[in-house]
Parts: sequence; C-alpha cells; structure tokens
Amino acid sequence: MSGIRVSHLTKSFGDFTAVDDVSFDVNGGELAALLGPSGSGKSTILRIIAGLEQPDAGQIFLTGQDVTNSRAQKRNVGFVFQHYALFKHMNVEKNIAFGLEIQKKGKKEIKEKVAELIDLVKLNGYNNHYPSQLSGGQRQRVALARALAPEPRVLLLDEPFGALDAKVRKNLSRWIRDLHDRIHVTSVFVTHDQNEAIEIADKLILVNRGRIEQIGTAPEVYETPATKFAASFVGNVNVIEAILEKERILVNGAQGHLRHQTLENGSFEPGEVILLVRPEDTTISREHSIETPGWIPCEITGIHYRGSFYEIDLQVGTNVVKSIINKEIFVQQQWQEHQKAHVHFKQYKVFEVSDGYQTVHAMLRQLGYIE
Amino acid sequence: MKGKVAKLSYGDLTIRSLSFLYIGLMIVLPIAAITMASFKGGPGHLWKQILQPQAISSLKLTFLLALVMVVINVITGTATAWVLVRYRFPLKNTINALVDIPFAIPTLVTGMMLVVLYGPRSVLGIFLQNHGIEVIYNKPGIILALLFVTFPFVVRAVQPVLMEMDKDMEEAALTLGASKRQSFFKVVLPTLLPSILTGAALSFSRALGEFGSIVVVAGNIPFKTQVSAVYIYGEVESENLQGALGSAVVLLAFSLLTLVILNLIQRWSSKYD
Amino acid sequence: MIEVKHYGKKKVGQWIITGLVLAWFFVLVFFPLFGIVKETVSYGLKAFVSSLISPASLHAFWLTLLLTVVAVVLNTVLGVVMAIMFARHHFKGKLLLETVLDLPFAVSPVVAGVMLIILFGPNGWIGNWFESMNIKIIYALPGMMLATIFVTIPFVTREILPVLREFGREQEEAASTLGASGWQTFWRVTLPSIKWALAYGITLTIARSIGEFGAVLVVSASIINKTQTATLLIHDEFTDFNYAGAFSAALVLAIVSFIIITVIQFVYTKKEKGLHNA
Repeated sequence: MSGIRVSHLTKSFGDFTAVDDVSFDVNGGELAALLGPSGSGKSTILRIIAGLEQPDAGQIFLTGQDVTNSRAQKRNVGFVFQHYALFKHMNVEKNIAFGLEIQKKGKKEIKEKVAELIDLVKLNGYNNHYPSQLSGGQRQRVALARALAPEPRVLLLDEPFGALDAKVRKNLSRWIRDLHDRIHVTSVFVTHDQNEAIEIADKLILVNRGRIEQIGTAPEVYETPATKFAASFVGNVNVIEAILEKERILVNGAQGHLRHQTLENGSFEPGEVILLVRPEDTTISREHSIETPGWIPCEITGIHYRGSFYEIDLQVGTNVVKSIINKEIFVQQQWQEHQKAHVHFKQYKVFEVSDGYQTVHAMLRQLGYIE
Repeated sequence: MKGKVAKLSYGDLTIRSLSFLYIGLMIVLPIAAITMASFKGGPGHLWKQILQPQAISSLKLTFLLALVMVVINVITGTATAWVLVRYRFPLKNTINALVDIPFAIPTLVTGMMLVVLYGPRSVLGIFLQNHGIEVIYNKPGIILALLFVTFPFVVRAVQPVLMEMDKDMEEAALTLGASKRQSFFKVVLPTLLPSILTGAALSFSRALGEFGSIVVVAGNIPFKTQVSAVYIYGEVESENLQGALGSAVVLLAFSLLTLVILNLIQRWSSKYD
Repeated sequence: MIEVKHYGKKKVGQWIITGLVLAWFFVLVFFPLFGIVKETVSYGLKAFVSSLISPASLHAFWLTLLLTVVAVVLNTVLGVVMAIMFARHHFKGKLLLETVLDLPFAVSPVVAGVMLIILFGPNGWIGNWFESMNIKIIYALPGMMLATIFVTIPFVTREILPVLREFGREQEEAASTLGASGWQTFWRVTLPSIKWALAYGITLTIARSIGEFGAVLVVSASIINKTQTATLLIHDEFTDFNYAGAFSAALVLAIVSFIIITVIQFVYTKKEKGLHNA
C-alpha cells in the first residue's frame, strides 16, 4: 500500500500504558486526524510513526515498507512540531534548506527548491528573517516548508495549530486543507479540537486512553457514534441520567416519560441508563401536558445569546440540559428565565450504566467532556 | 519516565561511558583514595591526627575566619547587588564588570596586592601599625584576602534574583499599608534569602580551602595565623603526608556538606516557582 | 545585562548606601589593583622587561600556557560530552553524579593536590605502576596537568547544561526527522545553540588554569626551567625577596586576567541576549 499502516502498536512509560494495541491504516494521499483529549496517547502514536519513540510492540509500515526498526533519520518522514522547533540560529531559507543539505543536494537544486517552497507557503520576502522575527503563523508555515523540502513519504503534524490564536488557527487549518488538495502527500495530524478535525480531515481516528475508539469519515463518526465516548467527544452532548423501564424511559427527578422507540437497536435490561442528547436535537414547547409521551416538563434556568442562535439551560428533573434554538424561533416564542416548559428529544442514544451514574460522570469528567 | 531501559545507540553509549570514566577517574577515584588512605590506621588514628594541637588549632582558626568573612560578605554582597540593580550612578556598568575580577585574578597575586597595600613597607601599613593595627601577617589580612576572593559569590547569586523580582511585589506591600522598611524585611528579604544563602555557602566553602592568597598574607605562624590549607601544605612539604590527611579529610567532608546544603537550598527555593 | 532603573527622586538613604558600597568596592577591589601597578612601576621599565624575558620567566609562562591548553582542550571536549549526558540521558543516580561533578569547585586546591599525591605518588595506587614503568607523575609535568585539569573540570559542563536543558530536544528531533545523523545534528543544530555558553565556560577554564597555584604547588617540585609555572615563579621570587621579578610577572597575570574578564563580560552579554532572543 502507498500510505501508512500501524499494526498492534503498544508503548508504556513506566506503569502508564500510553498506547495500547493500536492499529489503523491511512491510505495514500489521505489527510487523517488523530483526535483525542490530552494524554490520550495520540502524540505518542505520531512520534512512534516518525521514529522519535520506540514502540514496545507492534509494527509501522510506510509506503508498504516495514520501518519499525529504522531510525528517524532514515524514515524520510516530514514532521511538524507543535512548537515549530525551528532552528533559531538559521534564517528561513537555511531552515528550509536543512534537509536538502543533509541529502547533499546541489547548490542550485537547493536554491530552486527553497524558492519554490517559500512561494508555496507564501513567505516571499521573508527569506532572511530569523524565527524570532516571525509571527506564530509564519513560523508554522516555515516548519511546514522545512518538513516538505526533502519530499517526505508522509507528513506528520503534531498539534499543528495548538500554539496559535483562534483566528490564525482557522485560516491556517483551511489553508493546510487546500495545500493538501494540491500536493496530495499522505498526512496525519494530531489534534484535540474536534471542529478542526471535522473541518479538514478525510478520516478521523478517535483515540482515548491509548486505544482506538472509532475510525471513519467525519460524517460517519458524527452521525453514528460507535461508542459513548465517540458520541460525547464529537460535538457537544448532554449527559442525562434516566431509568429504563419495560415500556418507557423516565428522566430522573422529572415527571413524564419517553417512549421506548429507540430501543430497537438492542435489548436493554431495565435499570439505570444514560441518555446522550445533542443540544440541537432538542425542542422546547409550552403547550404539552405531562401525559403526552415524549414531552418532559422542565424549567428554563439560563438564556445565553450566541449570535445566530440562543443557548438555553433547562432544568429537567435532576439534570441540566443545554438546548439550542435559532434566533427567529426564540424571538417568536419569547422565552424567559424561570419559565416552565416541556422539552422533547428528537434523537438520543441510550447507554446502559452498570456501576452507577457516579462512575460514568467521573469518567466523563476526567476525560474533560463535562464540567 | 522510561519504563524499560531504553536501548542505547552507539553514540549514546560512547557519551555515557566517556562521562562515567572521566568523572570516575578524575573525581571519584582521588576522593576514594584519600578517604581510604586516611582511614588506613583506623578511625582512632585518624581522630588523633585531626586532634593534633597544631592541626586542630589551624582548623579552628580557619572556621572562625571563614565565619567572620561570611557575615561581612553577606551584608556587603547583598548591598552591592542591590545598588547595582536598583540605583543609577556614574560608572555603574564598569563596576558591574569589575565585580568578577577576583575570580579572574590568580589568588597568589591577590595576596601580593594586599601585602603591597597594607604591608609593613607601605604608607598605609606603617600608619596602621603606628595605631596598633597589624593587618598583614595577622588575622585582619587573612579576612581581607578571603573577602576579596569570595566577593563575587554573594553579589552574583543575589543579582539575577533581584533583577527578576518585580517591583510589583514591593509596591503591593506598600499599597497594603506596609512601610518601606516592612516591605523590605517582609517581602524582599525572604525572596532573596535562598540566593543569599547560596552565596554564603559558596563563600564559606571557598574560604575553608583558600590557600594562594592566604599563604602570602598570613605569616603562617602555627597556633596564631596558620590556616588549615597552609598547615596541610606544610605537612606535605615536610614529607609527613599522614599528618596532612586528618585536616584534609575534615576540609573534604565540609566540601561535601556544602554541596549537599546547596542542593537543599536549591530544592527549597524551587518550590516557589 | 544590567538594566538601569530609576524610580522617582533619589533619597538621601539611597545616596548613602550607594556611597558605602562604592567605598567598600574601592577599598576591597580597586585599591589593591592600583597598588600592584604602582609597585611594579616603581621598579622601572628596565627591571620589568628584563625580569620578564629571563629564561626562567619565559619558561614559566610557556609552561602555564601548556597546562592551560591541555586543561582547556580536555575539559571542553569532555565537558560537552558530560553536559549532553546530563541533559539528555535518564538513569538512576544522575542527580548524585551531577553533585559529584561539582566537587572540584568545593575541594580546597591543596587537598586536591594531596589526593593526587596519594593516587599518583611514588607509593600511590596508580603511581606505583607508573613508577615501575619509569614514568614520573607527581613532581613532574603529568601531575601538574592532572592538578590543573581537576580544578577546572566543572566549568564547561556547568555553563552549557542549563542552556542545553532550556534548548530542549525538539530542534534535535526536527533535525533527525529531516535525515540528519546524531553527529550532523550536534554540529549543525546543538553546537550553534550553545556556542556562547561554551565560550563562557572555556573563558572561565582559561582564567582558572592560568591562576591555579595551590594544587599545582603541591604536586610540583617547582624546579626552575622544569616544573615552575608562572604562579610558582611569582611565589618563589616573592619569598626570595626578588620583588621586581615577582611583581612584574604578577602584573602580567593581572593584565591577562583583566583581558579575560573583559572577554567574559562580552561573552556573557552575548549569551544572555541569545537566551532571551531565542
């Protein structure tokens, strides 16, 4: 194959297993994102692919060749570091030329290639600037040009936009997508930002606690979350405690119930469950009574203006649920704080809770998905 | 952090073995040798060597003078650092550069400079002698020599801390109603304390072992103006190596102690970072 | 770099403290410097020149130069090696080893000399073996080299180590992903980043080597034209009441020191700038 194959990779630091039996493929020319919270092991995977860390077990194939035992300098990968790692004592040209000089390319060839890359990353006129004289975004582009110069087999980017402010980040990430569409080098980038990953990656590889949670295209991962983790990590999600009975679901502390309609996907034992509901999958209404199945009484506890939409905090029994309403509907319905209402979940996922809500909450909190 | 011992490349292996070999051969081995040699006759014998009247008297003098020097040096050194960082005056940059001079000038030359300035042949020396103050060939001369060679330690330890210390902290204290004096003693001094102690420990350790400048100014009269380093040298010269070992081991032990103390100070002060 | 700060109107207290510090500085540091210049000048230029170009004096300066070069070369190469190990390797007991490295700074030079005699002297552990090979170490040149090397071991490592640590691994890793070998990475990336700290460490090593007296005195017999260094020459002439010779040589060393201190300051300023611009 022409891309990257990672096979049964394992790596521990002391007692801590950073990477646990990880396998995935990135096809030739693909732009893949390793997405996960900090400490999930995604950077370690990237560093192992580059040869900067040695795995305890497993294999790495680059363009079909087993490189597990070859050193970083022999792998011909382009690596873009989170903090750029530009050579501070070299100017832009020298930084980009470094890999070519190591390859002992001719002076003329180096010069042409460097000029071409400077043009590609739009740093014309900055040839003789030193890294300390450049902005964050410019440094990142130099780092990219430097990594591309030796024509690497694959391009690896470690949190490439992590150190940039929001606006630069957005522009640069789009620009990288465009660049990738032009040069088609197999690329993997690490990020903890789901929006960034959804926006520019062909393929998402979700990593949590050193394991792969799900692999798929952005729509696949977003629409059909394979695990609770994937559901909660991709997009905002409400975590609602509820009790599953034989025919219906009761939200804790609230009156009213949901019908059993979603349970066709599995046979659940009655007991404690967690509902995962996206804020955009909620509707609020004034007109329904407790008896109407699917509508649950609630109280509006907070209203936040978010530009094109409103974010509304609802107290549903013992749960706080975030709801999103677009501006026109909000104005039309004239919602106010402390108003009583009913909420409907257009779509939700049910997950069994075997060892109590607290453990699930603790886990989600630890992972940083809920506060 | 690494769980397993990472495989070392040939380059790493070379670096590791060269370093171990160098430190082992040049530092650890000589220290092991002197320690073993001094314990050769048993601890009782070593103790007797240390307690020899002339040896113990020079050790006492060494510690006493080092202590006097440290007290003076802590005050003058901190004041110098303060003035160099906080105030503006003519020739400041030149004086700042000259603070390091004592590190560069051979200690022997230091001693000779003091003899020239305060010795029995100089105007100043004669003047002082007529007033009953003997500097050279006596204890004040030794303290002056020690002060000269250790001058930069406290200054250079305190200076960077003082530079990094924002005026904000003091100003905060002032807005909270502290007087200038209170803000100095309650805010500034505690912040500087680790660096002052570091400078003091370095000065003290240097003073215990100082030889070059003292041998010229001290007169080296046993029981009066002979410090330990000079005593050790005398014993070696008279081919009595065993006699030198007792004092040498005491000095060595205090060198080690200083390093331990410096490590502790560093650990203690880094907890605020 | 010292930044001049000025906070409002100067108060009387400030003037007094500044005055006291300056007075102390002049008495302690400046007067003695002035004294030695005056003393040397009082013997006249002819005495100055003739005592310096005497064969004994020339040989002594040459020997000091030789010892300095040996110490600088060895301690620079191994100092860099040790710094890389302390900054980049992880192993048990590293902290202890770092403390051990500082010992030469803490140990009295005379005690250092005694240690070398015990180890390399005619009856010493290693000296015994060399004696049987008819190689003399103590009271000869090799012993003096060892003494000079010993007292200057930590300088280079101590100066480079913090810079290497702050510099971190990333740039070196970047070089390796770009195809550079460990050796190429060292010369092209690591060394340029630590060069000013290295220069500072070397300058300190030179200054100490030139001025070392106690340790070298103990292990040398101070034989004129053979094992007499510049400081030993000064000492011998001073104790023989040959003041013209002693002070002429001492002034030369003082001037060399002065030049070194200027270089140190220059290098230090560069180093600080390098760190902060980075």
